[in-house]
Amino acid sequence: MKKNKWGLIILGLVIFIVGVTFPFWYGKGKTTPAPSLSLDTPVIARLQNKKCVEDTAFMRASHMKLLGTWRDGVVREGNRLHTARDGRIFETSLSGTCLKCHSNKQQFCDRCHNYVGVKPTCFSCHNVPGEVK
Amino acid sequence: MLEKALKGSRGYWIWISFLLAVITIGFYCYLQQLDYGLGVTGMSRDVSWGLYIAQFTFLVGIAASAVMLVLPYYLHDYKAFGKITILGEFLAVSAVIMCVIFIFVDLGQPSRVLNVLLYPAPTSILFWDMIVLSGYLLINIFTGWIVLSCDRKEIPPPRWIKPLIYLSIPWAISIHTVTAFIYAGLPGRSFWLTAIMAPRFLASAFASGPALLIIICLILKRYGRFDAGEKAISTLAKIVAYALAASIFFVLVELFTVFYSGLPEHAQHFRYLFAGLEGHTNLVAWMWTSAVLAFAALGILIIPRIRRKEGWLAVACVAVFVSLWIEKGLGLVVTGFIPSPLEKITEYVPTGTEIAITLGIWAVGFLILTLLYRIFVAVRRDIDGTNDRSVTNGRN
Amino acid sequence: MTSNRREFLKIAGASALTLMAPPILCPAWAKEKIISVSEFPNALSPSKALTAKRWAMAVDASKCPAGCVDCIAACHGAHNVPDFGNPKDEVKWIWQEKFAAAFPDESHSYLRESLKQLRLTVLCNQCANPPCVRVCPTKATFQRPDGIVMMDYHRCIGCRLCMAACPYGARSMNYRDPQPFIGKINPDFPTRTKGVVEKCNFCEERLVRGLKPACVQACKEKALVFGDMENPQSEIRLLVGKRFNLRRRANLGTQPQIYYIV
Repeated sequence: MKKNKWGLIILGLVIFIVGVTFPFWYGKGKTTPAPSLSLDTPVIARLQNKKCVEDTAFMRASHMKLLGTWRDGVVREGNRLHTARDGRIFETSLSGTCLKCHSNKQQFCDRCHNYVGVKPTCFSCHNVPGEVK
Repeated sequence: MLEKALKGSRGYWIWISFLLAVITIGFYCYLQQLDYGLGVTGMSRDVSWGLYIAQFTFLVGIAASAVMLVLPYYLHDYKAFGKITILGEFLAVSAVIMCVIFIFVDLGQPSRVLNVLLYPAPTSILFWDMIVLSGYLLINIFTGWIVLSCDRKEIPPPRWIKPLIYLSIPWAISIHTVTAFIYAGLPGRSFWLTAIMAPRFLASAFASGPALLIIICLILKRYGRFDAGEKAISTLAKIVAYALAASIFFVLVELFTVFYSGLPEHAQHFRYLFAGLEGHTNLVAWMWTSAVLAFAALGILIIPRIRRKEGWLAVACVAVFVSLWIEKGLGLVVTGFIPSPLEKITEYVPTGTEIAITLGIWAVGFLILTLLYRIFVAVRRDIDGTNDRSVTNGRN
Repeated sequence: MTSNRREFLKIAGASALTLMAPPILCPAWAKEKIISVSEFPNALSPSKALTAKRWAMAVDASKCPAGCVDCIAACHGAHNVPDFGNPKDEVKWIWQEKFAAAFPDESHSYLRESLKQLRLTVLCNQCANPPCVRVCPTKATFQRPDGIVMMDYHRCIGCRLCMAACPYGARSMNYRDPQPFIGKINPDFPTRTKGVVEKCNFCEERLVRGLKPACVQACKEKALVFGDMENPQSEIRLLVGKRFNLRRRANLGTQPQIYYIV
């Protein structure tokens, strides 16, 4: 009886360890390259001063928070102006400001989002200019 | 104590399997609703609340009815209810869980449901409804479970249970009053804009809840080998009779006010219910059925000789339950929207998906009820078993 | 170590001066220039925005030509309002009703025929005492200081209590995904998603650019007058003071801000 119990226990432990370490050993050796984002859009090509609202490091870390603040500012407070850290003033609009330059959603926004596995719901309403159906 | 729910007869497991099957179908239909939107239901721009909110409204009443057992026993020491207050509390738990699920499936954006907590809006009655329902659920889970486990160990319950039970009494009144206020505070819906909405809710709650409890006790007596006691059942039956009488009276009072004053805005809704409006008669048959059932049940319950007969009592209780389910569900929620504020009539017919989801949620409620009652019956049997044994030993 | 305090004060003084540098380097007048990379003709300029204490609209339906729906087309086009093609799922921000439907308490069978057949433009009344705002459990619908009753489509949970509370039937629920049913998407305004309630927003996104609401702009007969009720000199205030007008279900205390000249 005791032997049977030990067998089952060890089997259970093995299954557990295999399952819990699954993300580590599955796909080992496969490298998924970090996404390369394309800034090749007509509007960006025309820009003389190719600067985003904020610098790349800030955007990479905090663009979701920034957009969230913009969203509540526009809808709930009627505040449509954002002063960037370098003093330039922008209209706080996803489709009106951000997506006007970054009109290539699939080659820009989606590349990182798919890589990290996030599905922002913004685009179900805020359509991309040029992507109009 | 939970392990007691895992032992049962063949009939018990067939019932559980049946409930699980209904739940699975309902869940599958809910996934369809999540994908397509609430358009899978029969709700429209004019009738924006339907079967889900109707069930929620009715079940809040069932949940509140636990107070009809708790109040006589704990406040007035009515010993006959001693064994079954836990039954009432478990029924309240199951009903409140069903309420919450019904509200959840009715939301257009259920993933945002936590916004109600993140952005509290005290001017909204729905906010308060969420608070009182959650509080009531917690109170009843605690009181029912702890008192039962103390009974099982044959020790008195902890001292802090008593204040909690006393709190559940006004709290039960509050959950139904707050739900009534959701309707009665809307200036644009003349069908609901009446002060008697909250009393109507309470009266029908205290009729339908105990009626369901009586049916359950009779089932437990037959199949669960648990006897609630003749005195308890007969008192419950009297409560149902009086509450039903009050509920019918309140509806008649509404009819008088509306038709004697002749205000067309208010009278139109009742006319739609009982006679149809401009050829639209979807609910007429339902309402007359509800009325006939209510009066028939009242007739049975008022005459003591007939009320005492279990067979007739069961029939009356089923009639009360069905009658009030129609009146509170279809007759109250949907009718508020017909005719619309622009005097347009858009009728409401629930779709198959909607009905499947509704039945699935009812099955969830019955499943929880079955499990909790199975535990209760098993515990009681243990207690009564040890009592019998000690008596026999004592005699030896 | 002995000149510690002096060093500290020197550094503190220098730091305080640097704090004043940004406003000196970027004076206030520079702030007026808003960088707008959009090709949108109406770039945002705070000085152009229309402001009011209480926005309101007057409707003179007798000026409406038979069969004209310019205001409806303009509004629904500008705001990506879907057309589902059936009355059950219907979403509408502005539409027309007969006099008896819009004013059930004021209509009777002996009214002149032209009034009975009149098609009145109805929309959200942007009430001063809105019941929909009162009942919203998340404040997804809220009232702005200028009187506009706004919708926050990001916060709405789709409970539809606001639809039950509205005495005018002005609100619509998206019972399914609206995007496939929008004729021509206006890229300058978002669409909505399924599961939220929507309604007229008095074109607040146009007001901030100095434009009148789409319906008002589109009306060739000038049947719709838009303005600030609290400004005694405004066109709407003078009009409402001069001609007899009705508001829908005024006895409910919602203080609707759409005035119908009859």
